[in-house]
This record gives sequence, structure tokens and C-alpha cells, in this order.
Amino acid sequence: MDPSRLPGFLLRRGVKAAVVILAIVVCNFLLIHAAPGDPASVIAGQSGAADERFLAQLRQQFGLDQPLHVQLWIYLKGVLTLDLGFSHRQQMPVWTLIRERLPATLLLTGAAFAFAVAAGVTLGTLAARRVGTWADSIITVIALTFYATPLFWVGLMLVLFFSVWLEWLPSFGMATVGVELHGIDAVLDVAKHLLLPALTLGLFYLAVYARLTRATMLEVADQDFVKTARAKGVPEGQVVRRHILRNALLPVITFAGIQAGQLIGGSILVETVFAWPGIGRLAFDALLARDYAVLLGVFFCTSVMVVGFNLVTDLLYAVVDPRVEVEG
Amino acid sequence: MAVSRRGFMAAAASAPVLMTVQEAMAQGVAPRRGGTLQMMLTPEPPVLQIGVNQQGPTLAAAPKIFQGLLTFSPTLEPQPVLAKSWTISPDGKEYVFTLQENVKWHDGQPFTADDVVFSIMKFHMELSPRARAIFSLIETCEAKDPLTVRIVLKQAFQPFLLMFDATAAAIVAKHLFDGQDYRTAPAVQRLVGTGPFKLTEWQRGNFVRMDRNETYWKPGQPYLDTIIYRIIPDSQSRRLALESGQVLLSQSSDIEPFDIPQLRQRPNLEVETKGWEYFSPLSWIELNHRVKPLDDARVRRAMSMAIDRNFIVNRLWFGVGKPATGPVASTTRFFDANAKIAAFNVQQANALLDQAGYPRNAQGVRFTLKHIPLPYGEIWTRLSEYLRQAMRNVGIALELESTDAGSWARRVGNWEYETTINFVYQFGDPTLGVERTYVSTNIQKVTFTNTGGYANPQVDALFQQARAAAAAADRARAFSEVQRILVEDVPQIWLMELSFPTVYDKKVRNVITTGLGVSKSFDDVFIAG
Repeated sequence: MDPSRLPGFLLRRGVKAAVVILAIVVCNFLLIHAAPGDPASVIAGQSGAADERFLAQLRQQFGLDQPLHVQLWIYLKGVLTLDLGFSHRQQMPVWTLIRERLPATLLLTGAAFAFAVAAGVTLGTLAARRVGTWADSIITVIALTFYATPLFWVGLMLVLFFSVWLEWLPSFGMATVGVELHGIDAVLDVAKHLLLPALTLGLFYLAVYARLTRATMLEVADQDFVKTARAKGVPEGQVVRRHILRNALLPVITFAGIQAGQLIGGSILVETVFAWPGIGRLAFDALLARDYAVLLGVFFCTSVMVVGFNLVTDLLYAVVDPRVEVEG
Repeated sequence: MAVSRRGFMAAAASAPVLMTVQEAMAQGVAPRRGGTLQMMLTPEPPVLQIGVNQQGPTLAAAPKIFQGLLTFSPTLEPQPVLAKSWTISPDGKEYVFTLQENVKWHDGQPFTADDVVFSIMKFHMELSPRARAIFSLIETCEAKDPLTVRIVLKQAFQPFLLMFDATAAAIVAKHLFDGQDYRTAPAVQRLVGTGPFKLTEWQRGNFVRMDRNETYWKPGQPYLDTIIYRIIPDSQSRRLALESGQVLLSQSSDIEPFDIPQLRQRPNLEVETKGWEYFSPLSWIELNHRVKPLDDARVRRAMSMAIDRNFIVNRLWFGVGKPATGPVASTTRFFDANAKIAAFNVQQANALLDQAGYPRNAQGVRFTLKHIPLPYGEIWTRLSEYLRQAMRNVGIALELESTDAGSWARRVGNWEYETTINFVYQFGDPTLGVERTYVSTNIQKVTFTNTGGYANPQVDALFQQARAAAAAADRARAFSEVQRILVEDVPQIWLMELSFPTVYDKKVRNVITTGLGVSKSFDDVFIAG
């Protein structure tokens, strides 16, 4: 890639990204308001008693008494100044709510992501190297099993095995509450809580990476330049690493880019089963409560991440494979 | 002359403490100080400032922090909390409360009669629809001295005292709210009450932590050091947490009824279904009377007769709860056991529908009704599936439409439904919790009013009579009569007197001692060693 073209590329992509994100915000806003019910009626439905004045007070406080286009305009103005609004239901700024959940979310999805990529690519490479042997069959069957099994079921089974039966690991939460832990003890405590949810979430992606790596490696291994490398006497390990794996990585990077974009979206299912205090649950609860501002805030952060990682992925292509030209 | 309860109440004031000790002694255990009680809170409430939020989870957790003037026994007798005694004038219009001495807010300020007056006349009057309806009957509410509150009503209102539990009208600190927007005041996030526990940490989506209030006004209490509510969204994970001892207590709908039989078999767990006498939630099929043929009383009666309520209680709820017999729950005041809905009888139900002129067509269907299951968990879907079967037996096709809580509230509130399921708290007295569903003056486009649109002038008149009468005997007569009319008219098809199991480790003591179950202060709860 010619480095002198980078600024122009980034500028063009930046403008495109801004337009895409703006369109996403408007679409999200309209879609959410199209769902029946509003935060005021949800609160009335949960309060056991209500009257007209109660509903009117809530709607006025939430700004729902304004026409829709005015609400949209107010929201857009906020987003443009990086103000994600205020959750009247929880009496807190949306950004505070999201920020509180960010560390837990990134820890879980990041751990699952790292585990899935590392283990998936390794297993896929192993399977491709030993294609047709029992090792390949075992890896393929395992990958297929995790790919086809629902996440929440895997989670519950892991809990039954490790928490209920063996009593090795806690079944829910992110840390032991009510006990003062410091230093290494606190880290170990979180690690113990993290293991099962990260494994549950990671296993599915592990399967995807393993299958993807195996398939593309087999495809690349048949190509002429690999034969040439072998013919000129390059050691087998180097052939696999430099010639096959590097060329097989492009689809893996594409997929990793997509998954990385979802990192802060969290995972509703895993967070639910393991009572993990992440952003997925925040969004889900906000949806049920029609807490529009929170839901839009989560959507906004997620879409920024997706757009951002798409850009990073495109740049990475050029690094891994110099033949790829970056284009706006 | 005013009827004085001072002598009686002076003895009763120390009763909760004594009862605790006696009860504990009977079990051979003296209250033990210390320990952390881990529980669960489902779903996580948005704010815990009672009044600003009145959802079930808030009403369960916030009474640890905030207190009312009174609380109520399982038979709904008033018991002293922040009011140590009270008198009621013979005409039922004047109430004088004498407050506990030496009570301090969590921020160290003294608690006085001014806080009580502010809470009643301003805070709850502004925020709470339920309190507003009752407190608007107050003519004057004044602090006679720092420890005496005098309230004069415009007219006698016999169920008035029921409004003074913490869940109905918690007393809040005037100095933190007066002159501000109560919903957005800083105190909503930094809770300050008079209760035995202070809110010390709330990690959203994770846990709520409360620690002992060292300056609590009951000497030696609370016994617990810390209460922690864990937020666990999945019902099976909650059951696992309880079974593995990671939490010691589950409340309200933490545990699905179909998990109860297995939990009953665990030797270390106690399954308690008492403690819902004050709320007495009654469930019913909510009918929209604007939809034909639901305006026909014969049709409603036939539908009611087609339902086997014992099946619902025993097979769906596994014995937690009781079959409903009418519009008033048996634990609510003025329940009349003689006014009963017609018994389960499919044959008679079919005959009644034939008579009413709704013959079966070639497919055996008389008419079709849409039905929205209550979106509050698996058990309610199972109930609606049973009802579909039961209605099919009498030739009524029930079409189930799934929805979520937001849409449900909106559609019921806007009368955009044919049939659904609802359950409503009775708050101890028919005037407070029953009347609102049946009087035509309360037909409103808001949930928990008379959304069905039932109108019967006789019913209106009787509820009004019972509301206005000062004497319990007069009220009882009116309520009995109205119950007899309603069980014939079946404006809503009552199903069950709900109860929610409280499941706890047997070493946790004094859990359910009042008619409010887990919605109490927990100042007497302790963990036996």
C-alpha cells in the first residue's frame, strides 16, 4: 500500500461512515418509536395503580408529549454534540449507564474473542494439516457440535457440570459480592467468574474460526505457489506459516472484523444465563421498558464500533496481503 | 370522647421485638447479630426511591430503607412503626398519630412530624396515583408538635389507616425534597430513610448492597450486618443460585411455580406462601365488554363455569395460591364466603351458551375470541394455553397473541384487546383495591382502572355506600350485597388468589411475620449460627 494515499482514504471513508451512522440513528429512532407502548404506559402497567394525571406527568417528563419530528430533532442535535441523552426511567445520563457496563462487557467479549480466534485458528490449522485423519475428524465433529448447539444450553450444561456437580466455579455474577478482596485474589475471583461465560460465548465462534481456517487452508494448499515453495526446499513448517496460513487468513480477518464490531454489543443470552452485568442486558431491559434513550445509545455505540472495525479490517487486509489496495 | 388506643398501643409498641425473641426462643435460638443475607431482586428496578417508583421489586427492597407510620399483621391489624400510637375520633374523621422518639434520618437529621406532613400532603399527593385518590379526602394535616400529627378528613373513611404502610406512603425526608422536582431530586439516587439499612452500593445489572444503620431507633437492631440483592435475569439461574446456597432467599416471582415441588423436597429450604395478605393479588381473565358477545352476562357466566380452577392451582401453580371464589380475595377485609361463583361444570356451561343463542358451527365453534397472555413469564403462557383448552370444551375458540410487557400495558390501557389475563392488588380493603375495577366512574384509558368497561348502576351505588359509611357493619352489608351481584354478573372471570412463594434457607429466621411478607424492614431478621 502506498502510505501517501492513506490520508485521502481515511477522509473519504470517514465521511461515508458519518453518513451511515447518521442514517442508522434516524432508522433506529423511527423503528423504536414504531413499537407499541411507551415508557409511561410500561411504568403504569408495573405500578399496580395509575390515573390519567400520572401518565400525563410521566409523558411530559420524558418529553413524549412533543411531536415525533421534534423529538427526533432534539435527539439528533444531542448525538451530534456527543450527548446520548438522559434515561428518565433510571434518572441517569445514558452515557453513564453505558460506561458502567463497558468494562464487564469488554472483559467478557474480549476474552471470548481472543480465545475463539486463538483456539479456532490453531484447531483449524491442525485439522487442515492432518486432513482425513482421526485428528481432523475429531476437530471437525467438535466444531460442528459447538456451531449447532444453542448458546444458552451450552451455558446451562457448563453450569450444571462445573458449578453444581463439581462445585469448582460460581454459576453467576462477575465477582464475589460482600467480601473484600484485594490484589491477586480479586483478579483470580473475577477470572473464576469469567471462565464459564467466556467459554460459552467463545465456543460458538471457535467453531466458526476452526471451520473457516481449515477450509481456506486446504484450498490454498493446492495452489501452485505452495508447490513451488515445497519444490525449492522450504521447510514444511515455514510453508504452512508463511505461504498457506498467511494467504488463508483473509476470510478469517473478515469474520474477526465482524465479530470485533459486536464486542461492545455484548451477548444477551450469555449475560442472561450467567447474570453478567453487560451491555446486552442493558439493551434488552431497555427494550422491554421502552427506555428509548438507553436503547438508542447502545445502538449508536455499537454502530460506531462496527463502522470503525470495518475500516480497521480494510487496513489490515493491506497489511496481511500487500496486493490488496485500499480504496475509498 | 376520643377512643383511646394509647394504653393498648403502648404495650403493642414493643410487641414486634418481644415476638421476635419469643418466636426465636420457641425454636431454641436467640437472635444472632451479624452476617450477610444474599437475596435476589427481579426484575431490577430503575430507581429505589419509593413513591417515585412503585413497582413490585421496589416495594420489596425499599422498605429496608424507608418506613411508614404503620404496618399490618397477617389479619390486617395495624401495628406501630414510626407512629408508636394513634387515636381515631368516634365520627371517624380525626386521626392523631404520636411518633416514635429519637428517630434520625440516615444523614443524621432528626425525624419530625413535619416530615410526615410533607410526605402525605406533598410528596405522595404529587407522585402516587394510589395515595392521591385517598389523601385528597384530607381536609387538614398538621404537625401539632414535633412528635404529633393530626389529620382531619372531609368525611369518614374507614380504610384510611391501610394507606400508612411503607409500601403505600413511606415517610421521606422533607429537607431533601421540599421545593424540588421530586422525581429528579438528587435524593432519588442517594437514598435517605429512617429504616434499619442504608443503601451503600448499587452496581446496575449486578447487585444492590445495603448495610446496617448504626443509629437505627430500635435498640440492638437490625441483626444483619448487610443485605445484598443479586440481579439474576434468568429464572433457571436463580433456581441454581438458591439450590447451591449462593443466595439464601428468593421472593415474589424469582422462582417459577413449576420449580417449587423440587425445592420443597430440599431439607434445608423452607417454602412459605404466606405474607401476601395485604396485597392479596387476584388474577382473572380480563374481558373487554365492548366486544360482542362479552357484554352478555350468560356468556361470561358460561366461560367461568368452563374453567377448572383446582387444575390451575394444583397443576400449574403446584398448590401455591387458592382458587378464587369471587371479586374479593378471602384474605381481604369484608370477604363474603357465601357469595360464590358457579362451580366448574362443562355441561351446564354448554347448555347456557346454547340457551343464550350461540350455536356451534360445523367445526364445533360458537365464536372466536382473541387472547393476550400476560407477558410476565412462562407460567402465564401455560395458564393461557390451559384456558384455550378449557374454552375449546365449550365451543369457544381462543386465539393466543403473544406480546411483551410494553405492548400489553399499552393495549390494555387503550382498550385494544378482547381478552387477556390480569392480576390486581387488593390492598386489604375492597374500597382500595376492588372497587376500581367495577365502578363505571372509573372507566379510564389507563391500566388497573375499569378497562373492561363494565357498568352497573346498582354496583356503583353499593360501592359508593361502602366507601362513605363510617361503620364497619354498614360497609360489610354493602360489600356482601355487591359481591352477590358480581358473582352472578361475572364482569371479569376470577381465577386465582395468587400467592408468591418465599423460599429461604432454614437458618434465616423471622422472614415472614406480617401481612406484607418480604416487603418489611427486615430489622428482626437474623441468620442463626
